[in-house]
Amino acid sequence: MQPFTTLTATAAPLLRDNVDTDAIIPSREMKSVSKTGLADGLFAGWRYTQIGGRNPDPAFILNQPDYAAAQFLLSGENFGCGSSREHAAWALAEYGFRAIVAPSFNPIFRGNCIRNGIVPIELESGPVANAAQALPLTIDLAAQTVVAASGQSWHFAIEAEAKAMLLGGLDMIDLTLQRRDRIEAFRAADRHQRPWAYFAA
Amino acid sequence: MTTNTGIGRTLFDKLWDMHCIDDLGDGTGLILIDRVMLHERTGGVALESLAAAGRTVNAPAQVFATMDHVVDTLPGRTDATIMPTGRDFILATRTAAQAAGITLFDLGDDRQGIVHVVSPEQGIILPGLTLVCPDSHTCSQGALGGLAWGIGSTEAEHALATSTLRVRKPKSMRITIEGSLAAGVTAKDLALHLLGRFGAAGAKGHVVEYAGSAVRALEIEERLTLCNMATELAAFTAIVAPDEKAFAYLEGRPYAPTGDEWARAVESWHDLRSDDGARFDTDLRIDAADVAPGITWGTSPQHYAPIDAVVPAYEGVAARDSREAYDRALDYMGVAAGQSLRDLRIDAAFIGSCTNARLSDLRRAAAVLKGRHVAPGVRAICVPGSSRVKAAAEAEGLDAIFRNSGFEWRESGCSMCFFAGGESFGAGERVVSSTNRNFESRQGPGTRTHLASPETVAASAIAGMIADPRLLQTGN
Ligand code: SF4
Repeated sequence: MQPFTTLTATAAPLLRDNVDTDAIIPSREMKSVSKTGLADGLFAGWRYTQIGGRNPDPAFILNQPDYAAAQFLLSGENFGCGSSREHAAWALAEYGFRAIVAPSFNPIFRGNCIRNGIVPIELESGPVANAAQALPLTIDLAAQTVVAASGQSWHFAIEAEAKAMLLGGLDMIDLTLQRRDRIEAFRAADRHQRPWAYFAA
Repeated sequence: MTTNTGIGRTLFDKLWDMHCIDDLGDGTGLILIDRVMLHERTGGVALESLAAAGRTVNAPAQVFATMDHVVDTLPGRTDATIMPTGRDFILATRTAAQAAGITLFDLGDDRQGIVHVVSPEQGIILPGLTLVCPDSHTCSQGALGGLAWGIGSTEAEHALATSTLRVRKPKSMRITIEGSLAAGVTAKDLALHLLGRFGAAGAKGHVVEYAGSAVRALEIEERLTLCNMATELAAFTAIVAPDEKAFAYLEGRPYAPTGDEWARAVESWHDLRSDDGARFDTDLRIDAADVAPGITWGTSPQHYAPIDAVVPAYEGVAARDSREAYDRALDYMGVAAGQSLRDLRIDAAFIGSCTNARLSDLRRAAAVLKGRHVAPGVRAICVPGSSRVKAAAEAEGLDAIFRNSGFEWRESGCSMCFFAGGESFGAGERVVSSTNRNFESRQGPGTRTHLASPETVAASAIAGMIADPRLLQTGN
């Protein structure tokens, strides 16, 4: 996973409440075997003029030139609600989003963001959007701050484990693999107790 | 996080303690995973993604994959599928399984079949093991006394890469079923009865231990059916304390231990039961005599009624359903309050799935079908749960009974248990099905599903309408 330290980038305002995972990635867009190939389907229902089509709807925020390179997303309450599909976080990450600022997140979706290198920032997004306009924001994860070009800044909260994972580009697997010796010692001892639980490699 | 051993421990506590490598705080344990099962719809993704991240499977010998979800079940099948991108899933899983060095029960292999059918059949799940699979009906396998549960994609990768999972310890529930099931009442009827009684969120997040004389009296294949539908109760998983029946079922299975190791294993498995005085977060009891053959009338598995009952009025379900949900269910199913369920004409009958497509299920359905014929206009399909079930059924002539009665006899797989873009029943068609989910469009866009036991499906196919199998004299 790509580490997140400090990043300066444009923030696209999608200031609606309850943006659900079906809106983020419709199930008809989840055709492939892999976690990739999803960026094209991100927000497909809003981004394109027709269902299943690929003609950009100029009214949608991500299709506007000012926000073409956006790496942050500003949104409303309860972002990522609905089905627990991890494809929503995969699609956002693949499209290039590295942080989402919203007053609240669905908990499962929030966990999926952290596992996929996207920083979930719980802040009132309206004031951030007003300060940013189309100018870049700087997000400093170590300092837990969002700073606008105007100098205006906000502090956000994030739990230590999530912060460490995002800063180090670690995922749960990396964290667990740090205990590999412990796990293998446990398995070796257990193998004497329960040989039938283990097949010869 | 080891459970206090001074007081009695539940079976679940014992399994947890045996597998808890480290306490990660916050009620979370680092849990050793003994077996990982994969299937082509979600397994290929997990394996590919793991490889793309430069990681390897930590213990490939402990991992098994099968082809069941998107494969065709028509005779003479190949890698080609009716589902438009199904072949990609099959090829990706085959390639990834080979690269990772894991055992694959591929198309054409006599071990192939629905993941939760083949695992017990091959002796992959054993008492006291932890087993995970990216599939919600993994809970079925708790019938053999292991802790088996369904997980998501990233968790599957975690289990593959580390042989562990980080798990927040679930609460425990015991459902004790005392007494005897009446003649003609099956484990499926019991599972549906529990859903009607406790609701589709009745065991939310709990590990459910099924106990009591009625559960001990169930054969292993019946326990698999009972545990299968724990996910419909929203349980974390279900479990039955392993007993002589479980040991007898497993002895001699391909992946079960043998010789001295078998004897040692069985000895240690005798301790796998809840201690007297063990405390459960929730303790429920029912009387087996209250259970009647049942059928669902709506679009949630909790929409259950005894087969000779009528579609309930809203007042009967108001404790659990909003008026809106109830009206929507009736409308979708094309039924009305007060209507007799047995009067409903059907378009199709389906015997299959990880719930009810094992050999004993097919035998009971065949006993109903023998010497009879499916009603005109009813499409009837039987899909054995595994290739071994299919072969065993053919060896005793069950396929001829199904075919002669007008049933299609298929290759093993999930088939029309669920719709993933491939084969399906039609919009508005009424299907009596031995499967586990009656959600809107589960078996096809707009299809109406009534869940029931295999013998009820068979009896209904013959009658051309929902029928009580107890009213048919079964052939010998
Ligand atoms: S048979 Fe149905 S419920 Fe069982 S694993 Fe297959 S799709 Fe899922």
